[in-house]
Amino acid sequence: MQEWANQLCENRQFGSKMTDSKYFTTTKKGEIFELKAELNSDKKEKKKEAVKKVIASMTVGKDVSALFPDVVNCMQTDNLELKKLVYLYLMNYAKSQPDMAIMAVNTFVKDCEDPNPLIRALAVRTMGCIRVDKITEYLCEPLRKCLKDEDPYVRKTAAVCVAKLHDINAQLVEDQGFLDTLKDLISDSNPMVVANAVAALSEIAESHPNSNLLDLNPQSINKLLTALNECTEWGQIFILDCLANYTPRDDRESQSICERVTPRLSHANSAVVLSAVKVLMKFMEMLPKDLDYYGTLLKKLAPPLVTLLSAEPELQYVALRNINLIVQKRPEILKHEMKVFFVKYNDPIYVKLEKLDIMIRLASQANIAQVLAELKEYATEVDVDFVRKAVRAIGRCAIKVEQSAERCVSTLLDLIQTKVNYVVQEAIVVIKDIFRKYPNKYESVIATLCENLDSLDEPEARAAMIWIVGEYAERIDNADELLESFLEGFHDESTQVQLQLLTAIVKLFLKKPTETQELVQQVLSLATQDSDNPDLRDRGYIYWRLLSTDPVAAKEVVLAEKPLISEETDLIEPTLLEELICHIGTLASVYHKPPSAFVEGSRGVQHKRIPIRSGSGESSESQDTGGAPGATEAPAAVIPSQGDLLGDLLNLDLTPPTSTAGAPPGPPMPMGGMDLLGGGLDSLLGGDIGGSPSMGSGFGAPAAVMPSSLNAPVGGGLGDLFDLGGGVGMPMGTFVPPKTLWLPAMKGKGLEIMGTFARRAGVIQMEMTLTNKAMSVMTDFAIQFNRNSFGLAPAGPLQVPTPLSPNQTIDVSLPLNNGGPVMKMEPLNNLQVAVKNNIDVFYFSCQYPISMLFVEDGKMDRQVFLATWKDIPNENEAQFQINDCHLNSDAASNKLQGSNVFTIAKRTVEGQDMLYQSMKLTNGICVLTELRVQTGSPTYTVSLKCRAAEVSQCVFQCYEAALKN
Amino acid sequence: MIGGLFIYNHKGEVLISRVYRDDIGRNAVDAFRVNVIHARQQVRSPVTNIARTSFFHVKRSNIWLAAVTKQNVNAAMVFEFLYKMCDVMTAYFSKISEENIKNNFVLIYELLDEILDFGYPQNSESGALKTFITQQGIKSQHHSKDEQSQITSQVTGQIGWRREGIKYRRNELFLDVLESVNLLMSPQGQVLSAHVSGRVVMKSYLSGMPECKFGMNDKIVIDKQQGKGATSDDSAKSGKQSIAIDDCTFHQCVRLSKFDSERSISFIPPDGDYELMRYRTTKDIILPFRVIPLVREVGRTKLEVKVVIKSNFKASLLAQKIEVRIPTPLNTSGVQVICMKGKAKYKASDNAIVWKIKRMAGMKESQISAEIELLPTNEKKKWTRPPISMNFEVPFAPSGLKVRYLKVFESKLNYSDHDVIKWVRYIGRSGIYETRC
Repeated sequence: MQEWANQLCENRQFGSKMTDSKYFTTTKKGEIFELKAELNSDKKEKKKEAVKKVIASMTVGKDVSALFPDVVNCMQTDNLELKKLVYLYLMNYAKSQPDMAIMAVNTFVKDCEDPNPLIRALAVRTMGCIRVDKITEYLCEPLRKCLKDEDPYVRKTAAVCVAKLHDINAQLVEDQGFLDTLKDLISDSNPMVVANAVAALSEIAESHPNSNLLDLNPQSINKLLTALNECTEWGQIFILDCLANYTPRDDRESQSICERVTPRLSHANSAVVLSAVKVLMKFMEMLPKDLDYYGTLLKKLAPPLVTLLSAEPELQYVALRNINLIVQKRPEILKHEMKVFFVKYNDPIYVKLEKLDIMIRLASQANIAQVLAELKEYATEVDVDFVRKAVRAIGRCAIKVEQSAERCVSTLLDLIQTKVNYVVQEAIVVIKDIFRKYPNKYESVIATLCENLDSLDEPEARAAMIWIVGEYAERIDNADELLESFLEGFHDESTQVQLQLLTAIVKLFLKKPTETQELVQQVLSLATQDSDNPDLRDRGYIYWRLLSTDPVAAKEVVLAEKPLISEETDLIEPTLLEELICHIGTLASVYHKPPSAFVEGSRGVQHKRIPIRSGSGESSESQDTGGAPGATEAPAAVIPSQGDLLGDLLNLDLTPPTSTAGAPPGPPMPMGGMDLLGGGLDSLLGGDIGGSPSMGSGFGAPAAVMPSSLNAPVGGGLGDLFDLGGGVGMPMGTFVPPKTLWLPAMKGKGLEIMGTFARRAGVIQMEMTLTNKAMSVMTDFAIQFNRNSFGLAPAGPLQVPTPLSPNQTIDVSLPLNNGGPVMKMEPLNNLQVAVKNNIDVFYFSCQYPISMLFVEDGKMDRQVFLATWKDIPNENEAQFQINDCHLNSDAASNKLQGSNVFTIAKRTVEGQDMLYQSMKLTNGICVLTELRVQTGSPTYTVSLKCRAAEVSQCVFQCYEAALKN
Repeated sequence: MIGGLFIYNHKGEVLISRVYRDDIGRNAVDAFRVNVIHARQQVRSPVTNIARTSFFHVKRSNIWLAAVTKQNVNAAMVFEFLYKMCDVMTAYFSKISEENIKNNFVLIYELLDEILDFGYPQNSESGALKTFITQQGIKSQHHSKDEQSQITSQVTGQIGWRREGIKYRRNELFLDVLESVNLLMSPQGQVLSAHVSGRVVMKSYLSGMPECKFGMNDKIVIDKQQGKGATSDDSAKSGKQSIAIDDCTFHQCVRLSKFDSERSISFIPPDGDYELMRYRTTKDIILPFRVIPLVREVGRTKLEVKVVIKSNFKASLLAQKIEVRIPTPLNTSGVQVICMKGKAKYKASDNAIVWKIKRMAGMKESQISAEIELLPTNEKKKWTRPPISMNFEVPFAPSGLKVRYLKVFESKLNYSDHDVIKWVRYIGRSGIYETRC
């Protein structure tokens, strides 16, 4: 870092002319001392020079806080430049030297009275940046004066200062009545004062979600719209962003605001344009679709969006990420503008990738020929990521536009002929998807694909190829040879490939049983005996059992008809999309994540919603339009679909539990019986066998070895599964259930783990008690989770204060997040855990109550609830009964609230209380319920609706547990 | 809002660091250096999220400007602000370079204090800023009270881009219509996409607070006028060509609501250079040149390329600075070129044949042919032919835009529209002008 300061010494030679860079040259020892002397010099010029040197050092990252008193002494000056430098220093170091900072107060207070408005503003601006309580106290009086200053420049600075002060001490701002003064400034005669007041109020309002601080009403909106025409480009952005939070009373008000906002679409500043687009996109929702104006507005939106693409590349990127959202919400706006998204040779890569995404979204029968020609062109470019995405895009076109499928397939074949390795592999991956969409249509190409078998070195491509071979085994003469060739290096393959290979060979066996018996046995033993991967073993065992007990059932299960893959696999979930539309132009729209996902603290946690149209006298019809019109047909892809694209058999096709539960323990039990119990079977079959007393006898071997006293803990290991069946003992809300045994010492080579889950302050905690029951010391603990349904993953390393000596017990708490890889588990809330220490790696599985995943802001707006309820198809509805519950509806509601289940509305019909409740999971899935409580009857009825029907069962269990605790 | 703003040199050393929010610490400075500037691979996104902190960056020559935040800020605004910041710095000390930044660090801090308050962008028009933030620094305290309030009212006022009391002996204005014409053509001569992005750039040296009105041959305006005026539609046939503008954006001095309702462009201009408007057209574009490529592969080690260019505009006009770039394969060993006009050279470093012609009149045709010798390679990947690109400059607007008038009214001072000397110039340049081969 010092290097460039040194380098600047040389600049000195040039510098008989005055340059500031020379201040960076002081690097010798004792400089602080020298600076001190210079700062205390009588000569003004020398002083100023010295302060400049100090600032230069500060920039470079050197600690010059020791000079605090000397620099502050220079503050009393009529030299404005020097004053500004001293202020800059103060802002940096005041916090570290609060006692000395107080020395500056007098000067600030004095400066706030200066006849020069520039100095008054400077003082109040700087004072607000000094985060020292004592100074803040003194700030109040000057600030009050400055808020009413005659000069607009001072007022606009003071307005922002209120926001600064609020950030330091919110209570003080409220007590001093600054908020009211700030509100008054919205009616100020100067547009810039209005804009800054709006910005400050919006920011303060964000941390007081329910304060109604902005108090937007038609009068204040009118004022804002007037100021909009007059203020700077930045002010226009503040005002538009604020307007976007307003909910007009009816469609007429909505239209009149839209009319006054549309001129902003011609502003040269892209941010003004995007903020205007946000307001329009939101308010449009309230307009009746048959209104002429609605059509006009739609037409007006396209050109400015296209114009954004001629901005600088960084802004293009922001614009494209937003257009991606807009296209999903309202495809009609840009449907004729395909060409502008064609990639230019010189576009930066981030622009290229985004354009490609939008091209696919806009692809339709009308323009598919053009799009394909382009994509083929892109597939020959240099950037590997881009080429891959282009190839993938061709596949998506095939799936999206049925008429083009043939052309897409032939384009892909052409690309395979290029023999460029990554192009070939990507092409094979997408051809597999095409097969899933159009079964039995393009198998003629399989021969070509098989030619490229050797060049595939990426797991995804290998897995795809294997899937194809397995799926069409009966039509490929040498399918067995092909698959056998993969089997040789089975252990070197990635899990994805291993799983796929296992399934493919089983499929092959079911299709051609006579020739492939040996092969199937080989793969089953590889999967079950020689692998450490629980997924693989689980699947291996299930096939083994299936095949050996009931080949017919096996055929039905394994060769079942797969559901067709949906057209668009990567649509954003409608509720998230709506929220993101409300954040157009902001970071959230760039990341495609709600602000709560990347903003800390209370800010941005509020979820924004598009208002629902409530036109006069047509309310019944209006609610239908509330849902996202463009996206309703597409089912929400809640759990990423790659898994089932690969034909993830276990998750996709497994028929209800009964088919395996009753089965006798048929499969040849390999020697690793012990391992089997610990490893995976319990988790695999637990849900099904849970409660079946035959469990012990089924796996007699291990049970017999165990002393009877240990029977219980072993049972406990499986016990959490029994728990699930009964649905009792689930931890709810703040209540944390007793820990259950997860890893018995027997299996853990002396390590015993008891554990439970809790949600504390919005963070999921995995709480464990580790006990060392072995003779030796344990160290080097680490933890890892297998992929699971909600992507739970440790948020940090496992903090075990090691060594853990024999007979020692410690409690650890591991915060979890949900950023891990996702794979659907059965049951949904199953979590497979691996714990490592210096002795070995241990596997166990446990189940978390799904209520851990209910987020604090899961409360839905009533209207949204209504619209969503209607929106979810009836086949997703599940109904359950809860018996023996003696709470009244209010108590129930309170209890559930503790688990982040929010009651939105209550209705009483004929002595029956109906509670309408919503909750939201960490991955954005919303669950809506209706709880019916008959007064005097201990039986409750719960109706659940959710786009992801799979979660219903788990949610119900939580309901029951919560109500009974 | 913006939590902090850092400027780095190409090595990642911080030149300027200004923190506006408490949630941004010194470690953010280093995080960006390590994760973005020192990252090995190419920049994959202008927005980077490191440990819940978002970094927005732009690069000017080898200087990095990064804005940092932990909140859900308006991303478009942050980038617009960074560009504006560059404009302001350029206005103060021309080129943005490491040396200039170091030489002006005090000034930059002063500017940053003024144009960004608590992370909220404030007036950042360099015209206004220059009235009270000067390189001499101390000017402001010598202002009289009147001057001071004039400064503050200008900075906060409705016309933040122009100060009062400007006087010129000669009122003069220069209007440049600068267009860049973009084309992507298939080898068969089919237009895949074409558009013109144009800018109207003004230099105004006008006294007082003049009211200006700008008119062009916008189809909507002309149709409207004809609808109002003459009943016969023969004026439409014989009358001037009008053009359909897809979209346009204006400098903040233009009254947008007036444009929206009447489609008239009225404004009080800033003093000196500025960009009045930008526009885009896609219909009836005059493509000044047509490129006809012909590539033949002779065996595995030879390529024959023939390219014909045709100029397609009035014979009386002259195009200038014509350059055609014909890409060559990476394994080119030698090139022989023959061209009728201009000079052509094979540039091995660019992997291209560069053919330059100084001038070319309209309705002409010229041709180049080249033989490219290739080294035999065992690479499987076929050479992917990048498109042939072209550069040129023509003295007309390829969109067909014509300036109809620019009227100046200044009621308080005694000069009229007629006294103003006006200059209009049209320049059409190639944007991305490519023909696939």
